[in-house]
Amino acid sequence: MSLENTLLAIPLAPLLGAIIAGLFGKQIGRAGAHTVTILGVAVSFALSAMIFKQFAIDGAAAFNGSVYTWMVSDGVRFEVGFLVDNLTALMMTVVTFVSLMVHIYTIGYMHDDPGYQRFFSYIALFTFAMLMLVMSNNFLQLFFGWEAVGLVSYLLIGFWYKKPTAIYANLKAFLVNRVGDFGFLLGIAAIYMTFNSMDYATVFAAAPAHANDSYQVFPGVDWSLMSVICICLFIGAMGKSAQVPLHVWLPDSMEGPTPISALIHAATMVTAGIFMVARMSPMFELSTTALSFVIIIGAITTFFMGLLGVVQNDIKRVIAYSTLSQLGYMTVALGASAYAAGIFHLMTHAFFKALLFLGAGSVIIAMHHDQDIRNMGGLRKYMPITWITMLIGSLALIGTPFFSGFFSKDTIIEAVHHANIPGAGIAYWAVLLSVFVTALYSFRLYFLVFHGKPRMDDHTREHLHESPWVVTLPLILLAIPSVVAGFWIDPIVFGDFFNGVIYVSPEHTGLATVADHYHGPLSFVLHAFQGPAIYLAIAGVATAWYVYMKRPELADNVRQRFSGLYTVLVNKYYADDVNEVVFAGGARGVGQLLWKIGDVLIIDGLVVNGSARVVGWTASVVRKIQTGHLYTYAFTMIIGLLFILSWFVFLSPGASQ
Amino acid sequence: MIDYAILSWLIWLPIAGGAALLVMDAMGNTACRQVALLVSIVSFALSTQLYTHFDSTTAVMQFQENIPWIDAFSANYHLGVDGISMPLIILTTFTTILVVLAGWQVIQKKTAQYMAAFLVMEGLMVGVFASLDAVLFYVFWEAMLVPMFLIIGVWGGPNRVYATIKFFLYTFFGSVFMLVALIYMYLKSGSFSILDFHFLSLSMTEQVLIFIAFLLAFAVKVPMWPVHTWLPDAHVEAPTGGSVILAAIMLKIGGYGFLRFSLPITPDASHALDWLIIGMSLIAVVYIGFVALVQQDMKKLIAYSSIAHMGFVTMGIFLVFVLLDNNGSIQGAALGMEGGMVQMISHGFISGALFLCVGVLYDRMHSRQISDYGGVVNTMPIFAAFMVLFAMANAGLPGTSGFVGEFMVILASFKANFWFAFLAATTLILGAAYSLWMVKRVVFGDIANDKVRDLEDVNAREFVILASLAVMVLFFGLYPAPLVDVMHASIDNLLAHVTVSKLPADTGLVLLGTGN
Repeated sequence: MSLENTLLAIPLAPLLGAIIAGLFGKQIGRAGAHTVTILGVAVSFALSAMIFKQFAIDGAAAFNGSVYTWMVSDGVRFEVGFLVDNLTALMMTVVTFVSLMVHIYTIGYMHDDPGYQRFFSYIALFTFAMLMLVMSNNFLQLFFGWEAVGLVSYLLIGFWYKKPTAIYANLKAFLVNRVGDFGFLLGIAAIYMTFNSMDYATVFAAAPAHANDSYQVFPGVDWSLMSVICICLFIGAMGKSAQVPLHVWLPDSMEGPTPISALIHAATMVTAGIFMVARMSPMFELSTTALSFVIIIGAITTFFMGLLGVVQNDIKRVIAYSTLSQLGYMTVALGASAYAAGIFHLMTHAFFKALLFLGAGSVIIAMHHDQDIRNMGGLRKYMPITWITMLIGSLALIGTPFFSGFFSKDTIIEAVHHANIPGAGIAYWAVLLSVFVTALYSFRLYFLVFHGKPRMDDHTREHLHESPWVVTLPLILLAIPSVVAGFWIDPIVFGDFFNGVIYVSPEHTGLATVADHYHGPLSFVLHAFQGPAIYLAIAGVATAWYVYMKRPELADNVRQRFSGLYTVLVNKYYADDVNEVVFAGGARGVGQLLWKIGDVLIIDGLVVNGSARVVGWTASVVRKIQTGHLYTYAFTMIIGLLFILSWFVFLSPGASQ
Repeated sequence: MIDYAILSWLIWLPIAGGAALLVMDAMGNTACRQVALLVSIVSFALSTQLYTHFDSTTAVMQFQENIPWIDAFSANYHLGVDGISMPLIILTTFTTILVVLAGWQVIQKKTAQYMAAFLVMEGLMVGVFASLDAVLFYVFWEAMLVPMFLIIGVWGGPNRVYATIKFFLYTFFGSVFMLVALIYMYLKSGSFSILDFHFLSLSMTEQVLIFIAFLLAFAVKVPMWPVHTWLPDAHVEAPTGGSVILAAIMLKIGGYGFLRFSLPITPDASHALDWLIIGMSLIAVVYIGFVALVQQDMKKLIAYSSIAHMGFVTMGIFLVFVLLDNNGSIQGAALGMEGGMVQMISHGFISGALFLCVGVLYDRMHSRQISDYGGVVNTMPIFAAFMVLFAMANAGLPGTSGFVGEFMVILASFKANFWFAFLAATTLILGAAYSLWMVKRVVFGDIANDKVRDLEDVNAREFVILASLAVMVLFFGLYPAPLVDVMHASIDNLLAHVTVSKLPADTGLVLLGTGN
């Protein structure tokens, strides 16, 4: 099989599975639906792994080719095509691996759901869309994949369409993402304006020549063109990767079934923004303003979203806020020009966060869909595999040495520490303090769920048991890379893995400085003990243990003493309320105003009906000839036409002479 | 080559079919429906030859027929199509099949006349797109109002009288001015040939007056803000088929008019007044987007959404002059204009599909009020899938045809002016908001009431109608090239034409300099 055909097969295999399961779900049955979609994704994963080996290990040259020409207009070719290099190969492998795990897991999790086939169709379709996004070689297809994953996210958040909260959340998710896409599309339009091309290679090659161009958004005010483009594109990333203030949709997306929280709203789709910025590094590197904007947004998200994780009681929402915070870490890495570190954290996070969500799902099954961690406790005795794997996931998340998350997160912290871009100073404190916060919410959840006394009712406790193998197997398979993937730090972050793929300006020395002091994973771990991060993590775990295990009454005391702060956190900084009142309510108000005042009162009331009244008065005179039969009206009109025509015939020759 | 008068066939075959239906009224409703379906299918099959035999390398009018008609003022029966009109004709013949099918069961009253009205309408609309003679054009243009007037007036809803009068007065008001402009140009040129008008030398004052006359006619048809208020009322009262034809085809005649008349005949006035069109278009996108959001009646919502989407058509068409003024080149203009064309075709599919969806619901529940619905997906899952697809297409989701035109126009408008693109791109948010909020309230949720509980999913006939539109929406979303490729030559030719001033050299420069 030629490389082109292999690449084509990778997204099409899951698409085929999705189409079969979606259109013929009833005919092929439940087993048929999961077989065909899992087969599709498995093929996709196997081929992606092969491609990964070919590119990342054997060092094949990047592939950049068109599949078909979507259209040509105004001399610009809009194509569908693939760009496959190490970055793409890495993303493809991570996406298809996590997707395969989630597919298998779904057999167990959705076992009793009437929408079984539909669910498999959607997640396979998601895999297709995500692959189209990461494999794209142009902005058009990027936007297609970008919105297509949004569509599937919409369908899956609202999967349980009878639940009012679910269909509220999916509409909200789509609209908030559309706000991001609004900026993203303007960014793409700016690229079209500047480069007359949608093709990555063409645009990146020409970008440096436009580094000093200026552009006037407001007449008379010169802005850097590259800053305008990059900030517009990044607004898209803020929507998809849920950065403040467009983060509000992600916690609500937890209304969807847990497997998609793992796949879409933790491991893959929400990282699309991170991937996109890394892909666009040749452009972002040309704008310090844009990078500063990125790092500050990332820093705000990292710290403030992490804090919200501490006060949540829904097991999935705790992990959702953790995801927001970790996405903030990745964004900060991008802003510090440490793209490789950002992508590395994206990868390790995909493993351990998918693991945590799927583990949470396993707990939710055992708890009969009670998601409140206050009702849990002591589950480790009943669900050993879920317990151990979630412990591994939590350790990786908080950055325990030798776990994958340690390497990726510590690299980001170090790179930001050495970054020289405006905003890096604040960002450094944000990511550092967030280490403590991360450890606190992670082990608060861990202790409340797995340790202490069981707090669920007797009925639930008697039926507690470990989940079936289709659920636990993916947990185990995800736990392995959650531990070991960190050792790939050598090639991926400090090696030449991203040479020629990600461009870093020589002026942005953050990650390069870290690389200078890097002497292998072991010394990296040893070096970490000289920095504050690791002690903050330990302090976080210790605090969680002390407050939630040792002295449970302390939590209530703290809550009462800091009730002001607690109220703000529980209300999520009132972001939802502001959106609901100002934006949703405002839009409805404006709509009513324009409709009732503009259309009904002024245009119709004064102008149209006003003239109609004049006509009506005239008509009352003519009404005598009205018979009430419609054919009379039609007849009259035809006579009118004839009249006009005869007017021509008799008058025009004279007039034209 | 096609060696028969295909355009005449496409005009007169449906009209003759319509006349035959009136005669065979006595033979029963079933026979009438079958004949109507047969005629519409044959017309569509014929019209596909326009595409397969079309030479997309030239802007010259193709499949021309030209015979003297009214010697007294040298009006000719002159037909012909180019890359602008040809896709619209095929859209017309395609849509007519669907409306015949859509009225299959629900129209029990005067079935023969109903079907006849649509077939006659089809012929007249093809005539509008194919006419190259202004008298012929005007006759088709006005005659078209009659069947539509009857469709709404006879088979319409309770408030149909107000709606038909409003519809008639609005459109007639506009076209009277157009007639005056056409006669004026005849008197000046001694010919009613539209192509001769293109090369008619006109002073700036003449151009501005003619441009405004055309604007009144076409803006009402599109409809552009602020002459749009007839459309929601007409849609609400029209039977499903009438709404589909209205939205899918009749609105396009306005956009077509700008391309065939306003731009080439009055290029300098178009240039000087482009701010007016673009301003009205952007108001349509934003203002109407907000108004659509708060509609309680599904048909009104889709009608308002149509107005907003047509804003992209008029803006795409008129971007050329801003590009020229701001950048000194028309790079981007073809993208905008072709985007406007694509938007017209795509909107034909999507708005038609949405009105058909509302029709499916209305046939069952006799209500268009959003609040009467809820949880339709529980009882009509197949219908729900279609409705979500078309709502997404309406929201401009990539992969559907609704994305293509908007994408092209937004890209081109950014090149002209950041704020054009900024305001146009708000459709991403507003379009999704009104489309998906409606879907949420109608389709999703638990079963709202007993009437919804008793709903039956789409039958085979409805499935075929919606599926064929779904195929079109997806096909042109994934592969718009076959549509865009046939337009290039005509659009390029039009752009070359409009960028040359019709004014004497000295005054032309002055006016171009002060335009904008």
